[in-house]
Amino acid sequence: MTLLGRRGILLLLLLAAAIVLPPYFGTYYTRFATQIAIYGMAALSIDLLLGYTGLITFGQAALFGVGAYAAGMLTVYGVTEAFVVWPCAVAVSMLVALGIGALSLRTRGFQFIMVTLAFAQMTYYFAQSLRNWGGDDGFTVPQRDHLGPLSLADHTTFYYVVLVLLVLVAALAHRIVRSQFGMVIRGIRDNERRVAAIGFPPYPYKLVVFVIAGGIAGLAGALMANHAKFVSPATMSWQLSGELLAMVILGSANSLIGPILGAAFFLAFRDVLSDFTEHWMLFFGPLLVARVLLVKDGIWGMLLRAAGVADRPDEPKVDYPEAVERIADPEPGASR
Amino acid sequence: MSEFLLEIDHLSKAFGALRATDDVTLAIRKGETHALIGPNGAGKTTLVGQLTGELKPDAGRISFDGRDITALSTARRARLGLARSFQITSIFDSFTAQGNVALAVQATEPHSFRFWQPAERIAKLRQPARRLLDDVGLARLGDRVASRMSHGQHRQLELGMALATRPLMLLLDEPMAGLGIEESRAMSALLASVKGRYTILLIEHDMDVVFSLADRISVLVGGRIIASGSADEIRNHPGVRVAYLGEEDDEAQC
Repeated sequence: MTLLGRRGILLLLLLAAAIVLPPYFGTYYTRFATQIAIYGMAALSIDLLLGYTGLITFGQAALFGVGAYAAGMLTVYGVTEAFVVWPCAVAVSMLVALGIGALSLRTRGFQFIMVTLAFAQMTYYFAQSLRNWGGDDGFTVPQRDHLGPLSLADHTTFYYVVLVLLVLVAALAHRIVRSQFGMVIRGIRDNERRVAAIGFPPYPYKLVVFVIAGGIAGLAGALMANHAKFVSPATMSWQLSGELLAMVILGSANSLIGPILGAAFFLAFRDVLSDFTEHWMLFFGPLLVARVLLVKDGIWGMLLRAAGVADRPDEPKVDYPEAVERIADPEPGASR
Repeated sequence: MSEFLLEIDHLSKAFGALRATDDVTLAIRKGETHALIGPNGAGKTTLVGQLTGELKPDAGRISFDGRDITALSTARRARLGLARSFQITSIFDSFTAQGNVALAVQATEPHSFRFWQPAERIAKLRQPARRLLDDVGLARLGDRVASRMSHGQHRQLELGMALATRPLMLLLDEPMAGLGIEESRAMSALLASVKGRYTILLIEHDMDVVFSLADRISVLVGGRIIASGSADEIRNHPGVRVAYLGEEDDEAQC
């Protein structure tokens, strides 16, 4: 009990549920859980930027889509070894992220949001212009890849492979955000000016985390190409970028696990509601607004509190009397 | 080798018609504590901005440790040994006190593209951070999250972070700003303990602190240095009395 802590037990319970439940409920739910894990991975990549570096990107779907196209195209060309296809997809996404990041990270704040959106739209229209690859309609991928001797055609097998990858990616990200590099990007999130003042040029650190996040999104994209056996420009759409952001915010940014829970909630919500109405967004929008206005934290934060884990150590704490003072007198003793 | 660590040479910076820095020439000797004083709006913050590289001067040259740094980035200057504290508290709110200082210690390494080892377990970051927290009087607050510390503790933490980068020179931008009487006393004792170990450029409104700590004082008014000298010379300088000290009664409430 003390060895793991309540947070660890909560994580183990969630993992156990993810392992046991979907296959128990059958193919439909296994496929659904696969989808959650894939979008969860993409949302996790956004959390590295949003929750840990303070970068709001509106173009992560472009990198997801690049990974999907790269994997899908390779498979069409007859390369079906996952150990080859997936790393290639990741590499291509990282390369594109390097290009997009190198330019867009020269801007900040609102401009950065718009520039990432612009690059995502460029990627989207580029994909749409690929006539040989179905243009706007996209193209079907003839088969799933195989992982060494392991065929991924079986939905359950594929689900477990995706789940293992998700756990590995989350563990890797967890390791990165606690490393020396992680401390620098979190410093940038808290106070970029201070990071520069102690001697870290912020730009290369932001670029590296952007590329890492791009690689993770690319892997998720490659998995999606395998999952749906279909790739289209829609995988790069700004709507998907927005949905991924919504997953992160719903689930708790700055937690890595939150975005995965957010993806589960978002997809389940959409799945259930779209049985009743095609205007499910009408219900989702207010929910998102309520989450931002009324609840301090997302799903993971609420789960932690329900489990009696007091405070997330990394969360900025605001001392209200002092905060009020600071608003009343923002620059005590200012000379200019 | 020059006897000066920081040399500011004919530096100018204008915002529209306002000449915030007007042909400033100033040299800081190695090891001295040099205070820069001046009434509100004299251009002290603008000058600091140019020294740290956050603002680009329109004309002039800054050299540090015998090297022209006018075109260098803020981070490069920090790595050369020019550390600063901020007038308005500037720390990492979500980090612990120790985490704040440890990140500054980390900045003394060539780079931080190290992705594997958890930073909090690295002894060569943790131990110096503990020692520095002890130096600035925060030894018992190492695990406190910075946003939960008091204003006075933030000022101490600022100084600890500046010291952690192993600087040659400290650029202290109003370290006493907003402190209560007790906290002021602690901070001036702290500054006195640092004096002599580093070259210091101290920007400060608290005249007691300035006159007791500074080896030399320069007075900035309207973007120009109107006087530079020892405490006595400044006290008795007629231009300074008119431009600054004489106005003190009017400015007391600012």
